[in-house]
Amino acid sequence: MSADDGDTGTVRPAGHPDDADLIEAIVEHAEAESHAAGTGTVGRAAGPTPALSGATVSYLPVATRRYGAVDAEVDDARRSDVDEWGRSERMRSVVRRLYGPMYKYWFRVEWDGLDKIPSDGGALLIANHAGAIPSDAPAIMHGIETELGRPVYGLADYFFRTIPMVGTLWSRTGGVPAHPDNAYRLLHDQQQLAMVFPEGTKATSKTYSDRYRLRRFGRGGFVEIAMRAGVPVIPIAVVGAEESMPILFRLPRVAKALNLPYFPVTANSLLLGPLGYVTYFPSKFKLRVLDPVTFDVEPGLERYSRSRVMDEAEKIRATMQDALHDMLRERRSVWFG
Amino acid sequence: MGRRVLVTGLDTFWGGRMAQALEGKPDVEMILGLGTKEPKVPLERTEFVRSDQKYSILSRIVRATQVDTIVHTFLETNSSAVSNRVLHEINVIGTLNLLAAAGAAGASVRKVIVKSSTHVYGAAEQDPTWFREEDVRTGPVRTRLERSLLEVESLVRDFAEDNPHLAVTVLRFANVLGTDIITPISYNLRKRVLPCIAGFDPLVQFVEEDDVVRALEFVTANRVPGVFNVAGEGKLPWSEVASIGGAHLLPLPPFRPRLFAAPFERVGAIRFPPELEGLIRFGRGVDTSKLREAGFEYRYSSAGTIRSFAQANNLRRATGGSGEEYRYEQDVEQFFRHSPTVVRGVDT
Repeated sequence: MSADDGDTGTVRPAGHPDDADLIEAIVEHAEAESHAAGTGTVGRAAGPTPALSGATVSYLPVATRRYGAVDAEVDDARRSDVDEWGRSERMRSVVRRLYGPMYKYWFRVEWDGLDKIPSDGGALLIANHAGAIPSDAPAIMHGIETELGRPVYGLADYFFRTIPMVGTLWSRTGGVPAHPDNAYRLLHDQQQLAMVFPEGTKATSKTYSDRYRLRRFGRGGFVEIAMRAGVPVIPIAVVGAEESMPILFRLPRVAKALNLPYFPVTANSLLLGPLGYVTYFPSKFKLRVLDPVTFDVEPGLERYSRSRVMDEAEKIRATMQDALHDMLRERRSVWFG
Repeated sequence: MGRRVLVTGLDTFWGGRMAQALEGKPDVEMILGLGTKEPKVPLERTEFVRSDQKYSILSRIVRATQVDTIVHTFLETNSSAVSNRVLHEINVIGTLNLLAAAGAAGASVRKVIVKSSTHVYGAAEQDPTWFREEDVRTGPVRTRLERSLLEVESLVRDFAEDNPHLAVTVLRFANVLGTDIITPISYNLRKRVLPCIAGFDPLVQFVEEDDVVRALEFVTANRVPGVFNVAGEGKLPWSEVASIGGAHLLPLPPFRPRLFAAPFERVGAIRFPPELEGLIRFGRGVDTSKLREAGFEYRYSSAGTIRSFAQANNLRRATGGSGEEYRYEQDVEQFFRHSPTVVRGVDT
């Protein structure tokens, strides 16, 4: 595992560098995985991955490998490893290799409390959202996949699906349209990790002056889904994404003409021109995993008390806002943390 | 007394296959097939009655033969095969008359089975990854085929409500592939050119033709009222369909792909009916657990379906055709079935 850390470019959480149980769980999992797939572990750069070496390895989607909920056996008629959600582990591992240096050297991502994310079983991860083109989602997914060795499915607006290339790439790298049925199936039936940003585009479209002020948490749908699926909600507070691509102002007319949810003018684009839309500022990322929130309700119901759902959502939002303020108090520099 | 089954569309692929399957069941006493043309498959004991596609004589037949089960397979799910008017006549008017006959006072019918399609869900960006039977489509109805099938299903729904003593089963089949059936997708795969929309690679499902017949048989033999999705296990990307099926992808521009597909369609290189556009842009997935829980078991997965098709296709290419085609000849059939000189029970 120590070699892996160097290769995948992850930074160990400062608080508990060698939590024996956690490491053991990861190693165990990695071994089980390599055994099942008959190849190197996911995203580890130890040997050539099948995608790169061109070897024909029957590669099962991770979802199948771990839980067997989807297909009991290998479907030998398959030619690719794209799972039923459109996620391809091969594609993910390529993306992880490309994104690894960015994660390690550009954003220098630092986690706190990663052990609060279970290495088994379903959980709904939620986080605050920021940046004109959000930089937090890839960081969270990359971090958890490399550290815990289990996939994360990112639930996002179906708007992505309508864009050629982007929609397909998003789907192959673990994106799933945010539909309550999809979330339930992932969390309850397949016991996966799903990630959602409850603020939605309200957060990514906000200007720099509103940074680190959490928007409304939708209609609390994420709480209801977690209740129904009987899984915990794990909030993650992210500091650094706001400064990586800050929005100075928006152009609503351009957005309307281009049929986009919003059209931002970012500090990056003022400095770098069009290149600014693909370049982030190297702000220091700090992620803090907060205590999992479980709900004392019967799972599997069609509906839950509206007031209870809203209360819980509001409570989680307040906890996250406090955590953000706490982290910002401790932060001395945007660039060096 | 054994079951007495009426199969519609005996001259179509599904009607013929269904009648053949029912002939092997000893508890099926009588099989009656309706068709606008002569059947295309050899049948041993199925009675063939020629009718128009609107079944205007149906209530008389139902009364005279005392059928207890109607298997309605004569629904057109390929809009490129027939004109819009014919599509409407076959699907909507045909079903209307069929249900009128089945629900007539004193009719002997106890069970009605309708073969629908997952086209009723459409394909749009807001769709869930898996549609369950009770889910409604999220996008507007864009094609005539979808509209016609939705109309059929609403007729069936009303019929089931009005006749609670009948077991009404609707099976929604995903796109079908197999050794024999010809669909727009199988046509494209045989021509080794599969149209796709550039930048889109959605996930799709398939069901094998044998599984289609087996599912129809299953609901004929068991009492399972309700709507059921039928599709092979798993989903796979459209590009993988081409790769397993041995075809090349023909990328069409994301903007108005049908316009660009038209010349290819004109020369017969591809078939690209309107209902295919949504499918190859956003894909479609249906949850099949309901039928599984009712006790049905699939033989093919979605990917296995395409492989089975590809293998049949290889054989066809190597041998140059799928063998001799059967021709229905009234006199010969009558001779084998009724002549005292034919020794029954031996393989003819």
